Formats: sequence, C-alpha cells, structure tokens
Amino acid sequence: MCLAIPGKVVEIKGNVGIVDFGGIRREVRLDLLSDVKVGDYVIVHTGFAIEKLDERRAREILEAWEEVFSVIGGE
Amino acid sequence: MLEKFGDKAVAQKILEKIKEEAKGIEELRFMHVCGTHEDTVTRSGIRSLLPENVKIMSGPGCPVCITPVEDIVKMMEIMKVAREEREEIILTTFGDMYRIPTPIGSFADLKSQGYDVRIVYSIYDSYKIAKENPDKLVVHFSPGFETTAAPTAGMLESIVEEGLENFKIYSVHRLTPPAVEALLNAGTVFHGLIDPGHVSTIIGVKGWAYLTEKFGIPQVVAGFEPVDVLLGILILIRLVKRGEAKIINEYNRVVKWEGNVKAQELIWKYFEVKDAKWRALGVIPRSGLELKKEWKELEIRTYYNPEVPKLPDLEKGCLCGAVLRGLALPTQCQHFGKTCTPRHPVGPCMVSYEGTCHIFYKYGALM
Repeated sequence: MCLAIPGKVVEIKGNVGIVDFGGIRREVRLDLLSDVKVGDYVIVHTGFAIEKLDERRAREILEAWEEVFSVIGGE
Repeated sequence: MLEKFGDKAVAQKILEKIKEEAKGIEELRFMHVCGTHEDTVTRSGIRSLLPENVKIMSGPGCPVCITPVEDIVKMMEIMKVAREEREEIILTTFGDMYRIPTPIGSFADLKSQGYDVRIVYSIYDSYKIAKENPDKLVVHFSPGFETTAAPTAGMLESIVEEGLENFKIYSVHRLTPPAVEALLNAGTVFHGLIDPGHVSTIIGVKGWAYLTEKFGIPQVVAGFEPVDVLLGILILIRLVKRGEAKIINEYNRVVKWEGNVKAQELIWKYFEVKDAKWRALGVIPRSGLELKKEWKELEIRTYYNPEVPKLPDLEKGCLCGAVLRGLALPTQCQHFGKTCTPRHPVGPCMVSYEGTCHIFYKYGALM
C-alpha cells in the first residue's frame, strides 16, 4: 500500500487542502503535516498528505550519482 | 527535475554500472516488501534487464493480501448480527479489500446479498459518509501498513474532537519491519533489502536501522521510479561487495531519517502493538496495531464480536504464501493465469493491485 502520488497544494482550509495532480484537483487531508503552505508539493496517500516533496534534495541525489558516474566511468 | 527519475538514458547508465559491478560475483538476492516497488520492477522489465546473478524477490508487500480470512469473515458476521438486532451498518473499505476471497465469499458477495458495502478511496470518504448518515453506523474496515495507519490515526483525531459517534473502525493494520524480521528469523535468504519508500516516509530511515544492526543486512530506502529502483540495486551491490552493513536513503526527496514525527505521534496516541496473524504467514510477533483501551469506543469489535470458525487461509495449490515469503514467483504456481486470473482470483495475491500475482498478470511478466 505504498502507492502515493505527488501534487501541488493550491488552497488550504483548516485540515483540508485542494491539491492539483497535473490538472485534476482533489480534496486532501493535511492532518499529518504541520507546516504546509500553498505552493508546496506533497506526497498523497489514500487522501492524506504524508510528506512534503523536497525538489532540492531530488536534484542533489541525481547530481551526486552523476558525479560518481563521471569519476568511475571516466566520462 | 523529477522527470530524470523516469529517464531512459539515466536508467541505461545505471544499468551498465550494475552489470559492471556484478561481473564475476556470486548470485545476489535482493528483497523488496512493497507492491508499488513490484509494479515498478515488473512494468519496467527490470528483472529481465538485470544480470543473471542479480535477483529481485518480492516479499510481503501487500497489506490486503495478508489480511486474515478470520477478520474478513468476522466483519461479514458483524453485519449480519447487527441486522438481526435492527442496526444497519454501512461498511466501507478499499476497492481491492472489497474483492479479496475467503472460503465463504468476499465483501463484494456480501453486497450482492443486500448489505450496504461501499468502496472508498480514503478513510476521509468514510468519515463524510458518517456525517451524511447520522442515523446509521459507519464501519471502516481498515487494512494497511504504516502508510495507511497514519491517515487512520489522523482521521480518528478529528472524529474524537468532533465527537462523531456513528463512526467506528475494524483495525487490521500491520507493521512492516516485524514481517521482514520474521522472514529473516525463518531463514529466507537475501543479501539486501529495498525498503518501501512510503512506509519509510512515516517511520523514517531509523525505523529500519535496527534490522541492519541485528542481522548485518544492507538496506536502501528507494523511491518508485525506474531510476530509483535501479539506483537502489546498484547501491546494494556496492554495499555487499564492500561488506558494509549500512542503510542508505536513496529517496531523500521525501524520506527523512526521523520520518514523519507528527504521523508517528498520532499512530502511538491511538494504537498499541500486538502479536498479529498474517494470512498465509502465521502469527508475527509485535506486528499488528490495535486501538488502545482508552479508545475502545472507536473499535466495532467492542460492540459486536461474534465467534468465527477456523478457516483455511488459501485454496489448495495456491502459492500465495510462498510468493509473500519471497520463495516463489507467481509463474511457478499451477493456478497462475489458468484457474487464477484477476477476473476470477483463487488467491489474495491475484486480487490486489499490489499483489505480486496481479502485477505479473497485468504486465505479462517479462522474466
């Protein structure tokens, strides 16, 4: 039951947010996060945002591995 | 930026690295415990692309598949007993749970007998049904690992705050690390573990770390794009080759070391750990979540708790148990694709979209 998808928070009303999943908007519960803001990307599982998505760290891990490739692979 | 995790050229590069690293080493077996990882592996044909000495095993990653027959049957009995006592229950559950077979039928069969059974996407939908039907009792049959237990606890918090009295749950929540520990204790051999990314989102990397300390097994927390899984495999090969018993977080764009602390606090506010049965796997110590005594009024079994007969977990010849232990792949089962299909499932692993048999059937399993 790990299927969870990222979406962008476009509106917040108390514990409920509206999240945009590439054009489709749905109500999402925000009970499990304490600091969600409009514009944040969140990972949503069974209608609940379970974590924020950190794009900076996504970039970091790919860059780190590209560096590893270039050292080992001699590219 | 995130598109890169599905990028063919990046995947190809990692795959070449894997082939290089795996040259001349003995067979390595890596296990994952997540239906969504299995989906990525099978959909992307990763097993067929890996060198022959690197094997991916699928473990007990489908919470609906391991939900005990006795609990499904008990829930059906509760509906019947309540009706005899003139109380109408609206039963809600997830779509795959709705179709899971037992020797006396499924929730879908129960609906065909005239009971009010509804499929929901979220426990939040069940809550809304309870608000709309104040004269009826709504029971959410609640399966799932930590990723689903957290939303359940989050919803219960609102239900308690609002004093919503016509909403109860039937908790069959389970914890994943104890299941992996049970497999290790039972002698299932694997050289590295691919940890489920979204369970880890809740429990954190630290929730898995004790397995590396106790069993010396390397682990990688991985995301769900093909590049995530391939990177995970490459990391595990390197750790094994260097003899490093470590846990690495590949899915760091989402998962933190400490996990989602707020979600953990909510889970431990409402639930306590107990020994629990897993369908086809037996009782696993400290692997189930039960509502704490002070929250018993939220659990339907406090009000109705009929006896149910002992029933077999699986049909004769069904290999679901071995598949869940990572000891067999679906194609080794005599029923697979013949007597057992998603339309007419024999075992639970063919029903759920997270079941290994279902995933193999859906994608035609490139082996």
